[in-house]
Amino acid sequence: MSETTTTTPSTDGATRGQQLSALWQDYPLIRHLVTAAIGLAVVIVVLTAVDDFQATKLTEMAYIAIAAGGLTLLTGLNGQISLGHGALMAFGAYTTALLYDDREVGTPLVVVVLASVLVTVLVGILIGIAAARLHGPYLAGATLTLAIAVPEIGKYFDQLGGDQGLRLFVPEIPQWATDIAYYLTGSDPSRSKYVAFLAWVTLIVVFILLANLASSRIGRRWAAVRDDEVAAELAGIDLTRARVSAFVVSAAAAGAAGAMFALAQRTVGPLGFSLNLSLTLLAIVVLGGLGSLTGAILLSGVLVFLPQIVMDLGSGADLDATRASQMATLTFGLVMVLVILLAPRGLMGGVRALGLRLRAARAGRRTPPATGGSSSSGAAPSPTTDPASPSSTAETAEPDDGSTPITTKKGTS
Amino acid sequence: MLQFTNTALAGLVLGMIFAAFALALVLIWRSTRILNFAQAPMAVLTTYIALVMIEDGRPYWLAFVVALLAGLVLGAVLERVVIRPVEGKPDINAVILTLGLFIVFKSGAEVIFGTKLRTYPPTFGIRGIEIGDTTIGITTSDFFTIGAVIATLVLLVALFRFTDLGLKMRAAANNQEVAGLLGVKVGAMLTLGWALAAVVGSLSGLLIAAGGLVQPSYMDSIVVFGFIAAVIGGLESPAGAVVGGLLLGFSLSFVSGYLSAQLVALVALGILMTVLTLRPGGLFTATQGRRV
Amino acid sequence: MKRHIWGSTAPVAGILAATLVLAGCGSGGRDDGDGDDGGSGDGEVAGDTTGVTDDSVTIGGHYPLTGVAAPGYSEIPVGAQAYYDFVNDAGGVNGRTIDFIVKDDGYDPSKTTAVTDDLVLRDEIFAMVGGLGTPTHRTVVDDLNAEGVPDLFVSSGSLQWGDDVENRPTTFGWQPDYEIEGKIIGQYIADEMPDAKVGLFLQDDDFGEDGEKGVRQFLDKQIVSVQKYTSGNTEIGPQIAALQADGADLVIGFTTPAYTALTQLNGLGLGYTPQWFYSNVGSDPSLVGGLLANFSEGSVDGAGALDGVLTTEYIPTNAETDSEWTQLWNEVWAANGGDGPLTNFHIYGMSQAYTFVQSLVAAGEDLTREGIIAALEEQGGDFAGPNLAPYRFSADSHLGVSGMRIAEIKGVASTPLTPVLVTDIGDAEITEDTSDQADDGPAEGGIPQ
Repeated sequence: MSETTTTTPSTDGATRGQQLSALWQDYPLIRHLVTAAIGLAVVIVVLTAVDDFQATKLTEMAYIAIAAGGLTLLTGLNGQISLGHGALMAFGAYTTALLYDDREVGTPLVVVVLASVLVTVLVGILIGIAAARLHGPYLAGATLTLAIAVPEIGKYFDQLGGDQGLRLFVPEIPQWATDIAYYLTGSDPSRSKYVAFLAWVTLIVVFILLANLASSRIGRRWAAVRDDEVAAELAGIDLTRARVSAFVVSAAAAGAAGAMFALAQRTVGPLGFSLNLSLTLLAIVVLGGLGSLTGAILLSGVLVFLPQIVMDLGSGADLDATRASQMATLTFGLVMVLVILLAPRGLMGGVRALGLRLRAARAGRRTPPATGGSSSSGAAPSPTTDPASPSSTAETAEPDDGSTPITTKKGTS
Repeated sequence: MLQFTNTALAGLVLGMIFAAFALALVLIWRSTRILNFAQAPMAVLTTYIALVMIEDGRPYWLAFVVALLAGLVLGAVLERVVIRPVEGKPDINAVILTLGLFIVFKSGAEVIFGTKLRTYPPTFGIRGIEIGDTTIGITTSDFFTIGAVIATLVLLVALFRFTDLGLKMRAAANNQEVAGLLGVKVGAMLTLGWALAAVVGSLSGLLIAAGGLVQPSYMDSIVVFGFIAAVIGGLESPAGAVVGGLLLGFSLSFVSGYLSAQLVALVALGILMTVLTLRPGGLFTATQGRRV
Repeated sequence: MKRHIWGSTAPVAGILAATLVLAGCGSGGRDDGDGDDGGSGDGEVAGDTTGVTDDSVTIGGHYPLTGVAAPGYSEIPVGAQAYYDFVNDAGGVNGRTIDFIVKDDGYDPSKTTAVTDDLVLRDEIFAMVGGLGTPTHRTVVDDLNAEGVPDLFVSSGSLQWGDDVENRPTTFGWQPDYEIEGKIIGQYIADEMPDAKVGLFLQDDDFGEDGEKGVRQFLDKQIVSVQKYTSGNTEIGPQIAALQADGADLVIGFTTPAYTALTQLNGLGLGYTPQWFYSNVGSDPSLVGGLLANFSEGSVDGAGALDGVLTTEYIPTNAETDSEWTQLWNEVWAANGGDGPLTNFHIYGMSQAYTFVQSLVAAGEDLTREGIIAALEEQGGDFAGPNLAPYRFSADSHLGVSGMRIAEIKGVASTPLTPVLVTDIGDAEITEDTSDQADDGPAEGGIPQ
């Protein structure tokens, strides 16, 4: 599909706009960096505008999204299911907690986060190697067990704080950060906002790396392994290596998420990494639109804020606290079921399908009825672009890459 | 010696309970290639139905049968209404769907039945058998549990091996198109698979509840261990589910009694990884996992 | 074929912005006001008056209303709410009604942080009152202290809610901590049953750990077996079999009610009949006895299922119908309670709420966060509440009730075996209480003045 896009613009005397859009299209790194810069600006603006409570919510959203981003690559791009990603976060979080166990520790934050990532990567290599041999339900079973077993390690060893967990001390806000924040906003940053900022910067960095990996050769190999093992193997791809590398990359993201979790929660204990967390991450990845990083971010937001809104509605409707909480959980479950039934490709899949349909309808109005009929009838119209509207080149070039149905094979035999 | 015997007996009963749950998972896997994570809260719902009947003074065994029938209906309706649309879709969709159903049923049970602890009367006695002067740690209720699980296993094997219906169900699960061409009503077979699995699931819920405490989360620990048992057994084979359940039941019982109850989850992980490293498709599966 | 994972039509930044803005709107901030430092009020009173108005005071608490820990514990805030309604109906305290906001954390510590942020930052509570659970509350205790939020009467018997006043100046415990409970149980057994072979059956967290620490001060040599259980795993047969095999003829259980019932059931199954001695936490005779009644097989009267079992007590229970306190709680429950009978979890919540109302009274008309903490340190030790022994509140200790008495369960009630015994953590001696705390009744009209 992309071949058509790269060639079409040049044929009819490229305008400046088309060149730019081609540039946008052909150099994912540039695209990702520009997106990141805009994202950073938005983060700064938003964090300045919100209050402390919303900042803590945004922090939660960020670390959930970071872990979900890693899982998006693993499950969406490489087709491996993991019901135990919360357990991987625990390794990152415990590392951070162990390194910041004292108020006086002066280790730079970057070092601590990288150490957390490193530890989680090492664990990820081990698990990835074991997982590479497993498929479908067996992998699900193994990762599920991991999700319940890992917290027990923390519980068993007193050095890890046992049942109580470890307390950690978030380093003081560096002076330059305070100065910049003061310069920009006219007030000193609160600790919640500082942590929220750290988490979102981490999110942006992690997502740039993930997006670049995904659009690189490595990403294409992962997808090839997912789509057809035999074909991938014939093409010379080492299946085990592809699987393990995908696992390791997603583990790295989980490690970074764990570090942010630790900074946000300031206590790291076994109960924080319940099976619930792992399952929530997987739900985000699927409901967001399997394989879509954007969907992962969006759904993390929905999951963090939805229970709150339902609770508020509940107390508004004069339900007692217990009933309101039960209703919030029930609503969450129903939303999961309904999204899967009504938008099987998840949020981003649904949005994209809708966008395509609208665009097809628009194109249909402009072009003679004969072609219009053909393009609006299909759910996924042909990617050949309408020369009359150059702006649509970039948009339709890759109709549903993010939500390409994952053709994980139904169990063998 | 007494401790050894009692720990082993506890492991046997625990293993049978894991096996019952695993059997339900295996049934659904065999008939629709879906892992049903909502099995446990479905069983919670049907067990509560029986409990409410018993508390209302209805006969114990009538409530027992009603719960099994409620499972049958619930399974069938669920397959028709909610599961059918995701069949043929990516596996992961079904996983998320059943996880969503897990939440819906569990919080539904909290809303309908409340979170109070309740007790479910035992099937038979709850005192250990006396041999001479010593009491052995197994009760008449436990014998019923063991008998019920073995009977279920035998019936399922007989169904799949020796009956026309069982053959059709297997055909429908393995290759829908071919089965359809051969005149098998594929849709009906899938529904039947879910319905039967839900009956077995309800049975496991009743067996765990009987003589114990009930609250909407009472099956939570079974979800994971029952699943592990099924995976160890190979997901394809009813006998594998029982063997997997027993292996896990005995191991966990001895770990709790002789080492530390805190190691249970880690030991379960160890057993699972050992089995899967040696046989990536579980103990009782003919087909090996991935071709690598 | 080129793929990029962002999705081509979605300029991510735009979506980021939308999400963040949405996030901003979604949680409907109504807190444009004073923020952390609280309004310094009318200029006259120096102090933090967050959550206080002329006619109300807003407080909050986190409890497991859903999930595994919900049975029983979810009734505690219901009881507290009933008592606050009772007080509010009578005009509140110093003209202020008490607005009690309950949040569900499902006993999940990461949710506890979230709901506490919600309470402190959005609802701007004056104080956290009765936050439940050790692992859960531990994640928020230091933040509450850093923000200067009074963190009163934590619903847990962990030592950490009062043994470190310097680092946690705003946190106060309430119930007797597990260590003094262990000590009192330990000394009683050492004195009365010096030949008993003691087995311990412990929940594998601070509850069991602190309890064991207290018990071992007196019974180190008598203990023949220590078994633990993990909450959530109901299969405890192997551990009970191990206690039996180790020859324990007296088992002390630091267990929750569900596990008390399970130990009894497993004991029946194994024909194992030691003397059982349960911590107050798990011994509620009407709850556990009621549960076990269904298993009595017609031979025993259900309510008597725990007959002869030993336990400890520190507040009157619903079975003590002669107690003026229990009469008050029944009155409150009849007026403001929900469905169903009054349980001991409700009473726990009401007793705690009573202590909070006492604190409000003690803090006086000009209510500030600093004021209520100072009032508790100065007067808290003399509060005449339902507690059988006085609180240990002072400038040096924020630990709760200082003692309990040993009792034997009979039916749904119990017979005291000792006077009220008081002590403190560490080596502090165990003595008889001389404060007459156990004999006082509620204030006139059921509301402290």
